[in-house]
Amino acid sequence: MIPVCPTTALPPGEATRVEADEPIAVFNVDGDFYAIDDTCTHQDASLADGWLDGCAVECPLHASCFDLRTGKVSGPPAKTPVRTHRVVVRDGMIYVQAETAADGAA
Amino acid sequence: MSPTVAVVGASLAGLSAARALRDQSYDGHIVVIGDEVHAPYDRPPLSKDFLAGTASLDDIALGAPDDEDLGLEWRLRTTAVGLDHVSRSVLLDDGSEIRADGVVLATGARARRLRGSEGLDGVHVLRSLDDAISLREDLAAAERLVVIGAGFIGAEVASTARKLGLEVTVVETQPIPLAGPLGAEMGAVCAELHADHGTRLLTATGVAGLVGVGRVEAVELTDGTHLPADVVVVGIGATPNIDWLAHSGVALGNGVLTDARGATNIPGVVAVGDCAAAWSASAERHVRIEHWTNALEQPATAAATLLGTGGPAPTPVPYFWSDQYGARIQFAGTRREGDIAQVVEGSCADRSFLVVYERDGVPAAVLGMNQPRLFTRWRRQLRSAVPTTS
Repeated sequence: MIPVCPTTALPPGEATRVEADEPIAVFNVDGDFYAIDDTCTHQDASLADGWLDGCAVECPLHASCFDLRTGKVSGPPAKTPVRTHRVVVRDGMIYVQAETAADGAA
Repeated sequence: MSPTVAVVGASLAGLSAARALRDQSYDGHIVVIGDEVHAPYDRPPLSKDFLAGTASLDDIALGAPDDEDLGLEWRLRTTAVGLDHVSRSVLLDDGSEIRADGVVLATGARARRLRGSEGLDGVHVLRSLDDAISLREDLAAAERLVVIGAGFIGAEVASTARKLGLEVTVVETQPIPLAGPLGAEMGAVCAELHADHGTRLLTATGVAGLVGVGRVEAVELTDGTHLPADVVVVGIGATPNIDWLAHSGVALGNGVLTDARGATNIPGVVAVGDCAAAWSASAERHVRIEHWTNALEQPATAAATLLGTGGPAPTPVPYFWSDQYGARIQFAGTRREGDIAQVVEGSCADRSFLVVYERDGVPAAVLGMNQPRLFTRWRRQLRSAVPTTS
C-alpha cells in the first residue's frame, strides 16, 4: 500500500496526487476518500488539479468528467474510464492500494 | 404515434441535447439530423492533435458505448432546408419531412471565407473534419504556410504547422491579436508565443488578395508585399448556420434568438450551441457564444425548456481554452473594456501565469497560461460568485 498523507492534510473538497507506476489522484468528498488514476484518459492532464463537484471530477483542461466512485466517464470528450483504487484510512493516515493495469476499470 | 423530438445538428450541441433529453427522462422518439457524413466528433483537436496526425478519427469521436442505450435515430448526410412552424416539421434536402412535437436547433456555424478564394487550390478554412483532413494532406507536401487571422484557430494551426516543420507567417489586421477576448495587454503576451517558436507574426496588416492561377502561390498584402505560400489557412471567424430558417418564422439576429433558457419565439422550438444567440441578463443583449463548453452545457437547459420542466435560468461563466506551442491557455468569465488585468501568480516572461481581470474591485474574468490547478480554483470562485437569476 502507498502512504498518501495524514487525513488532516487533505480537507474536504481537496485532492492530492501520489506518484506510483501510474500517478494516482486522491480526493476528499465530505469526509469520504476516493482514489482514481490521476491522468485524464483524453489528454495528458492531472485530475488532482481538476474541479471537484460532488462525486465527480472535471478535468482541468478539457472538461471531461469522471465519477470518482466508478471511474466512469460522466462527461465528454473522454470516452475511456479511469481506474479506481482502494483507499484505506488507518491511524489517521490515508493509504491507497494501487490496482494493477490488468485489473482496469470496466 | 409516439411523441418525437427532432434535433437538427449532429455535433456536440446536438448530441448533448439528445443525451440531456434522455437524462431528463424523455422517452419519446429522438431523430438527430446531421449534414456531415461523420458521426459526432470533437472539433477542438482538428487544429491540434488531429491536424498533427497524432490523434485518429477514433480518438476524436464523441460517441460513447453508452450512447447505444439512448435509442436515437440518426439521419446523417442529410441537410435540413426548412422549418414549418405551424406543423412543426423539419424539411429535409431529400424532399422528406420530419414532423415533431419538439425541435432543437443545433446547426452550429460555418467558417467565414475570404472573398476571391473560391476555386483556388491550397486555400483552406478549418471547421469540419473534412476540412482538417484536406488541410492535413496539403500541409504534408508544403513548406510555406500563411495563416490569415491570428485568432485562436489561426494561432493553433500555426503552432501545429511549426511542429510539422513548416515555415509559418501569420497575418492579422488588428494591431494586437486576441485583444477582443483577452484585452490588448494580455493579447500581446499570448501573441509572443508565435515569435518564441519561430512563427512570423505581421500585425496591423491587411490582405489585398490571393495570388495564383488554379493553385495559390502567394498572399498579397495591402502594402503590395507578396508573401509566398504553398498553403493558406483563412481563420477569420464563423457565421451561424441560420439561413435555412429565413422563412420559418423563427426570430433571427446574429444567430437564432432565444431567451435565457433556450426558447425561441416559436413554442416547442429551442436553439443551442454556436447557432444560438441567447438572452444574457448581465450583458442586457442576446449573446452568441462559440465555446465548446457552451455547446456542452446549454442543451441541458434547453431540453428542460422543451419538456416544460425548466427551473431558474442558469448564469454560466463562459470558459474556453486554447493549446498552442505546448502552452495551455485558459480563460473564464467575461472581460470588458476598462477591466484591470493583474498578474497574481507567475510571470508573463516565464509563460506561466495567472491573471485576474477586476471590474470595480471584483474579479470578473481570469486567464491562465500553464497554470491549470490555480486556474480551476479561480474559475470555481467566479462561478460561485455569480448569482442565479430567475
